[in-house]
Amino acid sequence: MDYHPDTRQPVPGTIIFDSVQARKGYALNKMCYSFNDAANRAAFVADEDAYCKKYGLNPQQREAIRNRDVLQLLEAGGNAYYLAKFAGIFGLDMQDIGAQQTGMTKDEFKAKLLAARG
Amino acid sequence: MAKIVGAITTSHVPAIGGAIAKGLQNEPYWKPFFDGFPPVRDWLAKVKPDVIVLVYNDHGLNFFLDKMPTFAVGAAPEYRNADEGWGIPTVAPFKGDPELSWHLIEQLVAEDFDLVTCQEMVVDHAFTLPMALCYPDTNWPVRVVPVCVNTVQAPLPSAARCYKLGQAIGRAIAKWPGDERVVVMGTGGLSHQLDGERAGFINKDFDLKFMDSMVHEPAWATRYSTTELVELSGTQGVELLNWMVARGTLPAKVEKKHANYYIPISNTASGLMVLEPAA
Repeated sequence: MDYHPDTRQPVPGTIIFDSVQARKGYALNKMCYSFNDAANRAAFVADEDAYCKKYGLNPQQREAIRNRDVLQLLEAGGNAYYLAKFAGIFGLDMQDIGAQQTGMTKDEFKAKLLAARG
Repeated sequence: MAKIVGAITTSHVPAIGGAIAKGLQNEPYWKPFFDGFPPVRDWLAKVKPDVIVLVYNDHGLNFFLDKMPTFAVGAAPEYRNADEGWGIPTVAPFKGDPELSWHLIEQLVAEDFDLVTCQEMVVDHAFTLPMALCYPDTNWPVRVVPVCVNTVQAPLPSAARCYKLGQAIGRAIAKWPGDERVVVMGTGGLSHQLDGERAGFINKDFDLKFMDSMVHEPAWATRYSTTELVELSGTQGVELLNWMVARGTLPAKVEKKHANYYIPISNTASGLMVLEPAA
């Protein structure tokens, strides 16, 4: 079978969480997985630099965490379900996250969802 | 012989847990969603299951990416919920049925499904919220068998494989010598995408066709690859694989007892169905 890396992500605006992403994002997702525990969430908030260092984030991942930028976090290998635990620290919901990624206000993003009713 | 008396398929969005905790069931935003469930409860009161086999995907509570099983079956005496990091209150523990779990495992492995078995397992919102929607007092009157499907890290099992897993679960339950009445639940979907520039993607036409196929053409979605399912239903819409497992446990001919579809809850098109084997 022909194999072309550039066809791994055929859906526009979408990064399917595959082996490439899973390897690239392992440290980042592992840190986010740790946020299941309230004590770890508190430790992150208390000293973000130390916490990221402990999990061995690479510079791209560290920068994306610092910027709270979901598209950057995805690019750095983050998985949506794990990133949601990171977002939970800041009390962000899925419309906040959706708005940020699509460059909309939250109200615009909610209107987009409603429009899907047709 | 144990008998599958029907299947329930439903969405499992975390925000449902927040809405329950805050008592928002009658708010205009939530009411059309929660109003879907009283008929499900009435149906459950009528069919009186002893066991629920619940097919779902873990979102990083029990499994991390260090070990990512394609299919995992719980075989624990009890399953607890735990903090998932986004503030949903946890629910009461669930009583397992290790004997039935191991029977399923033995039968499924004998049919060449290479499972991961879990004698300890925490269950996340994809398990707890559908249960709480069916039994709002969270005083669970059933034993449970969790079946966890990888919908998180590609490669995912195909829709065809998930459907076949369901068929094998159906055969295994039919062989169980007990007289249990079993309901199979499949949770997740329908169309939604949380991540990327395509976030907020919802595909009503696809969802309605998929729900119709559950009744009239159960293998319909098996024509699509998992990548095509992402394209059609979103990166998380692919959780509909859990519906395919649940549907596979029922015979080809089913009767639709109830359905609800509503856009949106959180970022998701919510779907709900109750199916029974046709008389």
